[in-house]
Order: sequence, then structure tokens, then C-alpha cells
Amino acid sequence: MAFDIYDFTTLTSSIHQSLSESLPPLAVEMIEWTLVGLSMLIFVALFGLILVYLERKVCALFQQRLGPMRVGKWGLLQTIADFVKLLMKELITPNRADKFLYNLAPFIVIIVTFMAIAAIPFAKGLQALDFDIGVFYVSAISSLGVIGILLAGWASNNKYSLIGAMRSGAQIISYELSVGLTLITMIIFAGTMQISGIVDAQASGWFIFRGHIPAIIAFIIFLIAGTAETNRGPFDLAEAESELTAGFHTEYSGIKFAFFFLAEYVNLFIVSAMATVLFLGGWQPLHFGSFEGFNQVMDFIPPIFWFFGKVMFIIYMIMWFKWTFPRLRVDQILTLEWKYLLPVNLFNILLMTLIVLMGWHF
Amino acid sequence: MSNNLQDKIETQEYIVNMGPQHPSTHGVLRLMVNLEGEIVKNVDPVVGYIHSGIEKMTESLAYPQIIHLTDRMDYLSAHMNNEAVALCIENALQVEVSDRVKVIRTLMAELQRLASHQLWWCVMGMDMGALTTFFYGLRDREMILDIFEETCGARLTLNYSTPGGVMFDLHPNFQKRVKEFTKYFRKVLPEYNQLLTGNVIFKERTVGLGPLSKEDAIAYGVTGPTGRASGFACDVRKHNPYSAYDRVQFNEILRTDGDTFGRYQARIDEMYESLNIIDQLIDNIPEGDYQAKMKGVIKLPEGEFYQRVETARGELGVYILSDGKKNPYRVKFRSPVFSNLWVLNHLIKGQKIADLVAVMSTLDLVIPDIDR
Repeated sequence: MAFDIYDFTTLTSSIHQSLSESLPPLAVEMIEWTLVGLSMLIFVALFGLILVYLERKVCALFQQRLGPMRVGKWGLLQTIADFVKLLMKELITPNRADKFLYNLAPFIVIIVTFMAIAAIPFAKGLQALDFDIGVFYVSAISSLGVIGILLAGWASNNKYSLIGAMRSGAQIISYELSVGLTLITMIIFAGTMQISGIVDAQASGWFIFRGHIPAIIAFIIFLIAGTAETNRGPFDLAEAESELTAGFHTEYSGIKFAFFFLAEYVNLFIVSAMATVLFLGGWQPLHFGSFEGFNQVMDFIPPIFWFFGKVMFIIYMIMWFKWTFPRLRVDQILTLEWKYLLPVNLFNILLMTLIVLMGWHF
Repeated sequence: MSNNLQDKIETQEYIVNMGPQHPSTHGVLRLMVNLEGEIVKNVDPVVGYIHSGIEKMTESLAYPQIIHLTDRMDYLSAHMNNEAVALCIENALQVEVSDRVKVIRTLMAELQRLASHQLWWCVMGMDMGALTTFFYGLRDREMILDIFEETCGARLTLNYSTPGGVMFDLHPNFQKRVKEFTKYFRKVLPEYNQLLTGNVIFKERTVGLGPLSKEDAIAYGVTGPTGRASGFACDVRKHNPYSAYDRVQFNEILRTDGDTFGRYQARIDEMYESLNIIDQLIDNIPEGDYQAKMKGVIKLPEGEFYQRVETARGELGVYILSDGKKNPYRVKFRSPVFSNLWVLNHLIKGQKIADLVAVMSTLDLVIPDIDR
């Protein structure tokens, strides 16, 4: 089995070949699907745990404390212990809740995140789905998640949940616009909606450097809107602990609560990964024009490390927002979107179109 | 069609019970909130969930024992509560306490005020969703609690004042540690402003929210920083000085805006004033007895006695009706939080539910002080 950390296509094609030698094509497909599904499941579970641990440590850093330190070295096993605890908890369905929808909601939320993660390019050749409308697919899929949240709030038969869900609905649908428009801005620049195509186009330089002003504006708006779409502070109105106890997932317990919890962190990863793909060159290493020596050193670092390094940087930024800012009020959130971000975004698209047409970019 | 539907569907305000178990009521306060969507139509506080019958209990306790109960009312200004009862008993008996006791009590009261405002500040941030403030405030409060622990052995319920003085003399380290603290705290207080006060989102959410006019403040009996932010000059320390407040220079923080941000800023400014008072007194603690000679069994003469002090939350009044026995006939506490609470509905009508939490934070509620 050929393995090359710089190019995963060799690995996947060698697996495909060795399977094809002895099995009929249908069986090969089935086995490959299962493999891809399993590896994604393992990735989501592991990365979710790592992110929860990371969030605790980052939060502790900002709050001048140590964070988890007791379970395992530096508290490394803390999140695993917590997850085992959640697995063993009783699943409670409130009286007079809409049982079917109540049980369905967490699955919608978690399935949607899995579907979105399929289109993320982790490294060269390490991408499960590569449509020619990949960006559109991610944006369409990630907006489905709000249905799960709305269902959870409605079906719980709890007033706090309902208020949280309604807030979340208003917020996500509004910020979906901003995310969509920034995506369009970058698609105009890239000239393709295929995610692998967008990443390949950044081999000569990341879009945030090449697209100058409009790309930077789009990046900032994407970060704000992305934070809002993951329901994280300062936009964590849907949960708003001090107002609504826990918002839409107040009534959930055990593994169903864990699904919401996990989905939040996976969504955080998806937003960061999309920001990386669209603005920071995906898995492409950092290159500076004609500094050949520097560029070669950068090339030596495997693409998968580049990808996760950039993703972690953005995740850190979003966590930084959460642990610094107070929460916005619901009308302020909508004002920010409709009165500021949306007009700026529309103007930004015009600017980007002009720059692409005139060829003013690098 | 749409008209028909509207006729058939009845809409109504719905009532959300915030509390008795709720993260933002900081205790067992229950608010019946009438909501229309996100808009608060009416707030009806339901009190009594932590009623401990302190006033009734005092009727069967000796006077020095009453002081121990007052810690449990407003536990964040325990020393001021103790001091109020002690002062009231001393006035009734016309005992003159030494200057040393007066200064010690004032110093402890101002430290207590600082500790209380620090806790209020961190909880205010937390209510607004900025969770990091909580740890900044608690970090600094810890230093004050350590000083308390060294002075009288307790960190929260101090029980330090007794009729005629204080329970123990100051610890030899007291001056050194208080000076260390004031030096340190003057340095970190600007951090509070950097973290929360100047924040765009924080200002956006608090400036102009829930304004309280001076007339309303007086009508509702709102005292403390909450009342002074509306321009109601109600600082007992200034207008009716007790202990050592007549020998220190300090400003009464008066503001005119009276909104949520004004109330916030009033408390932040008060922390600076408290530091000033401590700085003036810490180097001139007079020598003298820490406890005046008192009889073994204290009996107040027949009559009514009243004493006001300024706690961290406002004016605390202690009313003792004595029939000459060793127990009081009746004791009534005029607690600041109880009066401040009822202005909530007036401030919040027509605002959003998120504003309810912000306004409630600036009223600085301590629930056992409401219920007593």
C-alpha cells in the first residue's frame, strides 16, 4: 500500500486497485463507502473531543486558570470521561413533548454536520465528495441544521426552549445570507464552485493576499457570520445561559444532549475549514513570491498539517471572541446583519466583480 | 381568508417563571414574567423562597446574638450589617467606643464594599454573557477575603463587630496586607474597564436602558449606588456619618443618567472612592481598646432605637423596640435590596427579555436580604 503524506491520491488509488483485483466492482464500491464513512465517523468523534478539550484550555487561558488538570496528564482524558458519563446518563423525554420530533431533532443536527464535513478537503486527495458545486453544497447543507434546532425547541414543550429556538431560527436564517454572499464574492474571484478547484487556484497565493480589499472584507464578514451561524458567543442567543438556562437543548439529556454539543463543535470546525479553503489557501503551503528557499521549506511541511494549522488558528480566533465579548441582544443581532453586514456585503460583491473584470488583483 | 384565520387563532401573552431556580436570579428569587414574544410586558417578583425568619428569631435572642444573624441577610455586606446592629445597641446604651474601633470598623466596611462590588462586577459580566469577567473579579476578591480571614477567622460571615467594639484586635499583618491590596487593586481596576466598560457590545446593551428618574428613585425608596446613579443623594456615610466617616474625605458618587450604564459606572466609581477612604485611614489607626467595657448581660432601656448604615447595596436601617428585657420586643430591618427590587417592573416594562437580566444585574440583588 503506497502512502505519501504529500499526496493522498496515491493511498486511495492503491486501496482501490488492491480491492479491485479480487472483488467485483459493486463490492469494491460498498467497501470503499464503508471505509470512508467509518473514517469520517472516527474523525468527527475524535476531533469533537479534541475541540472540547481545546475550548476548555483556551477558556482557562483567558480566565487565568488551568482548566482540566486531574484526569490524565494535563487533563487530557477529561473530555473522554465526560463523554462516557454522558453516554451512561438516562435519556429523559418530557411529558407531553412531541416524542417523534423530540427524538428526531438531535439526529438531524448531527447528520447535517456529517454531510457537510464530507466536502471538506483535508489534504491533497483527502476529500470524500468533490462536486463541481461543492461550495453551494456546503452552504445548502449547513443551513439544514437550523431545522433540527427549531424542532428541538418546538418539540420540547418548554418555553425557554421555544424562545431559544425562535431566536436561533431568526439568527441563522439572517446570517446564512451573509455567509452565502461572502461565498459568492470568493466564487467570483475563483471562477469555480468546485472546492478542489478553489484550493488548486490558490497554489500561487492565498486568496486573502491576492484578492486584497474585497477578500479581506469578505474574510472579516465570513468570520462574524460564521461565528453567528455556529451559535457561539457573542451570538449564543439560542442558548443564552443567563437568560434561557440552556435555550433549545434545555430538556435534552445524555447522548442526545451530546449530539447537540458535538454538532456545535463540528460546525465550528466546518466554518473554520470553509474559511481556510476560501481565504487561506486550504492545504496549500504559504509561499512568498520569489523566496525560493523559504518556499521550499514551507513545501516540506505536509499539506494536512497546513490545513489543520490554519483551521486551528481560526478556531482559536472564534473561541477568543466567545470568551471576551458580552452577548448581543436579539434585535442588535438582526440590526447588525440587515443594516450593516448585508449592504457592505452587496457592495463588496460589486467591488470584487469590478476587480476581477479589470484584472486589478494579483 | 387571512381575516378568518386571525379571528380563529387566539394569541395571548405567556408567562415564564424565571426562577426560583434560574442562573440569572442569583438565588431563589422567582420572577413571573409576562412575555409577548421577546418583549417583557410585566414582571412580578415573588419573594419568600428563602425566608428564614430572622426578624422573628431575634425576639428570643440576646442582643449580642442578633449580630450573628445579620450576617446571613446580605451576606456580601456582612460587616456593614453587623456594624448596624452594634451601632444601634451602642447608641441605645450610650456607650462611647474608642477611636480605634471606629477606624477598624470603617476600614473593614470599605474592604467589604470593595469585595461586594467586585463580585457584583463579575456577575454582571456573566449575566451579559462575558464569562471571563467572573474570574477577574474573583481573583481580586480573594485578596480581601484573605485579609478578612486573617483578621477575624471568617471569610464571608464575619461576625466581627460586637456591641462596644470588635471581637479581636487587628492582626499585625493587617496594615501591610491592606496596603499591598490597595496598591495592587489600583493597578488592576483599569483592567475592569478595558474588559467590560469600554466594550462596544456592552455599551450598546446598557446605555439608555431602563432609565430611572430621580423622582422615581425617591418614590420607590431606591438607595445605594442604584439610587445615586439617578441623582438621589442618599449616601448615609456622607449625610449622617457614623463610625469614622466624619474624619475622611470622599466624594458621594452622583450621576444624572440613571440608566443601566449609569448604575454600572456608579459602582465602578465607588470602588475608587472606597480605595481613597482606605488609603486615608490605613496609616492612622489610633491606639486604644478594641472593646469597650460592657455588662455581661446587655439590657436596652425601654424605647425605640434606629440606626442607618450604608451597605454595598444601599441604606440598611435597624429598628429595635425594647421593653427593657434582655431580648428585644421587636426588631425590623429596612433592607436595601427589598426596596430596590420593586423598581424592576418599572424599569423593564416594554424592554426585551435579555434586558431584564441586564437591569436586574445592576440592581445588585442578594436574595436573602429580600426575604430575611
